[in-house]
Amino acid sequence: MNFEEYKNLWVFIETFQGKPKDVGLELLNEGRRLADLTQERLCAVIIGSDVDESVAKVTAYGVDDVYVVKGKEYENYCSDSYGDAMAKLVRKFKPATILIGATHNGRDLGSKVAVTLQTGLTADCTNLDVDQETENVIWERPAFGGNLYAQILCADSRPQMGTVRAGVFKKGEPDDSRTANVIEVDIHTPQELITTKLREFIKGEEPADLKPAEANIVVAGGRGVGSKENFSIIQKLADELDGAAVGASRAAVDAGWVPHFRQVGQTGTTVTPELYIACGISGAIQHQVGMKDSATIVAINKDPDAPIFEIADYGIVGDLFKVVPELTKAIKELKAAK
Amino acid sequence: MNIIVLIKQVPDTSEIKIDPETNRLMRAGVPSIINPVDKNAIEAAVQYKEEYGGKVVVLSMGPSQAKKALKESLALGADEAYLVTDRLFGGSDTYATSYILSEAIKKIGDFDIIFAGQQAIDGDTGQTGPSTAQHLGISRLTYVVDVSLEGEDTVIVKREVEEGIEVIASKKPLLCTVTKAINKPRYATIKSILAANQAEIGEITAADLGEIDKNKIGLKGSPTRVKKTFTPDISKNGEIIAADTAEEAAEKLVDKLLAKNVL
Ligand SMILES: Cc1cc2nc3c(=O)[nH]c(=O)nc-3n(C[C@H](O)[C@H](O)[C@H](O)COP(=O)(O)OP(=O)(O)OC[C@H]3O[C@@H](n4cnc5c(N)ncnc54)[C@H](O)[C@@H]3O)c2cc1C
Ligand SMILES: Cc1cc2nc3c(=O)[nH]c(=O)nc-3n(C[C@H](O)[C@H](O)[C@H](O)COP(=O)(O)OP(=O)(O)OC[C@H]3O[C@@H](n4cnc5c(N)ncnc54)[C@H](O)[C@@H]3O)c2cc1C
Repeated sequence: MNFEEYKNLWVFIETFQGKPKDVGLELLNEGRRLADLTQERLCAVIIGSDVDESVAKVTAYGVDDVYVVKGKEYENYCSDSYGDAMAKLVRKFKPATILIGATHNGRDLGSKVAVTLQTGLTADCTNLDVDQETENVIWERPAFGGNLYAQILCADSRPQMGTVRAGVFKKGEPDDSRTANVIEVDIHTPQELITTKLREFIKGEEPADLKPAEANIVVAGGRGVGSKENFSIIQKLADELDGAAVGASRAAVDAGWVPHFRQVGQTGTTVTPELYIACGISGAIQHQVGMKDSATIVAINKDPDAPIFEIADYGIVGDLFKVVPELTKAIKELKAAK
Repeated sequence: MNIIVLIKQVPDTSEIKIDPETNRLMRAGVPSIINPVDKNAIEAAVQYKEEYGGKVVVLSMGPSQAKKALKESLALGADEAYLVTDRLFGGSDTYATSYILSEAIKKIGDFDIIFAGQQAIDGDTGQTGPSTAQHLGISRLTYVVDVSLEGEDTVIVKREVEEGIEVIASKKPLLCTVTKAINKPRYATIKSILAANQAEIGEITAADLGEIDKNKIGLKGSPTRVKKTFTPDISKNGEIIAADTAEEAAEKLVDKLLAKNVL
């Protein structure tokens, strides 16, 4: 393998019904930082049947090149067709590094492509850096349920690939005056290589408001909230705070009190809001993995020994059924006074 | 036809503690268990067999202790179990692990469907299942919550993505990685446990996999390398707000958040 041939950093832009998902845009921001360290070009890869909106969006978020593969066979994600297109693109243009959002489809695509190209894939990264001398990416990721972190290298093969958790990096500011070099590549996947076919899509429960990962403030409830009905007191506090979303621990999700898209943690979403308010959440390591990097953390728990207090900036030891309504009231008063 | 299940023996990560002195994982005394979601994979295979016929064969790569997990899988309804084990396999990343598993599967013979878990609770990558399918050159569907057959050759799978559920038709053979939502694993009975304890677990070594490419296995065959591990110290010297009433606590908190410019 001739390392000299492999250059530039690619970000795979996953789309859903023609729109790019946030995680790809987040990775463009972090990708720019890494590409600058190695003086490489930052490139987005978009595969789909209807790509114009995504191309415009990534251009506004800032990229040097956009590789576009367009075709009917790429209308919906499918490992056979997307994996084939991606592997062909890599063979043709030889990137040094590929970042993929660690979504269900992203992890699927990552393993398909890495095995096809006989290269390494680091999973679910939460921090990235570059060793400037070797230009190896230092992939950092949690394992053992967040009890341990590992730094991983893919030093002897290219491209070096990794999936990165959504919500870990922030998006940059879009600017419609930006331009990019759009390269449409004539790639198609023969029908006989496609072994699976989407028959139907059943849309999941959608938040009427913000998802936790999109919010500036997350008010999260855990087992201590006690019931589905009681979650209304969490909701009321979130309603008083601008840009706030309701989050939850897995215990609250498993109990059926709130839908899974609200779950924060290892098997839920990662959030990094300005303010995270944990109510009746003990702070298990699997929960912490998903929220510990929030700028300010508030914990409300009746158990003074709850681990959540160890990572909180401010703690209130008390009954959430008393404290949360008072907090809602205090914030309401504050807004009225402003 | 064979129905193959891939299982991993893992330390029970909910029992893992960090040594406060050295900041390292304390693995001693931590129980080894079947990776929790792999029990759902076993159950999916057993249900598939009950519905459509076939033989459930379980494979695990690991040291000899993993035979315990394989015996447990027999007690949970599997028909045969094999340990894929060799010093040469040590240090394998997901590329090498899935390559070795794919070679072992070829040795087992023809199969209709392979079940694996979505993710192991220790390595946590979720890559071994789909990578094994790629080495075998077969279809794979990840995050599966339902499987059924349509006619002879078409498998209908429901697959979870962030936005909802996809209903997908696939040709056989294929590999599915399953989530916890697919079923509720049955419990072993005393009778099945006793029978499983008597059973022989076959071993598959590198020598048994004559065709295996030695450059693709073990540490040497692994493109990723763990450079270092650490336990993050994320504890903050936070402040517990002292107050006599909930109202006072709430007001003090709001003042502090205002002073810090958070509100
Ligand atoms: C593989 C794996 C993945 C996991 N992934 C996740 C994940 O993504 N996200 C996640 O959150 N968890 C996850 N978990 C589960 C995690 O280990 C914990 O079980 C879970 O986070 C506990 O939720 P909890 O804090 O709400 O409940 P508990 O641990 O039961 O804590 C409830 C807390 O509420 C407090 N409380 C009770 N009543 C009141 C009251 N009236 N006022 C104030 N406080 C009160 C109690 O003191 C207690 O501290 C995972 C576990 C595993 C094994
Ligand atoms: C801290 C740490 C970080 C790591 N990070 C990476 C990384 O980023 N990339 C990488 O390529 N490797 C990585 N590895 C190596 C990886 O853990 C091993 O290759 C491991 O054998 C398989 O990966 P996993 O534990 O993530 O399993 P997963 O891929 O999460 O397992 C999914 C499913 O595959 C099946 N399966 C997994 N392992 C076996 C097995 N041995 N036998 C039978 N079936 C099995 C099970 O059905 C399981 O439910 C890491 C190892 C450590 C210790």
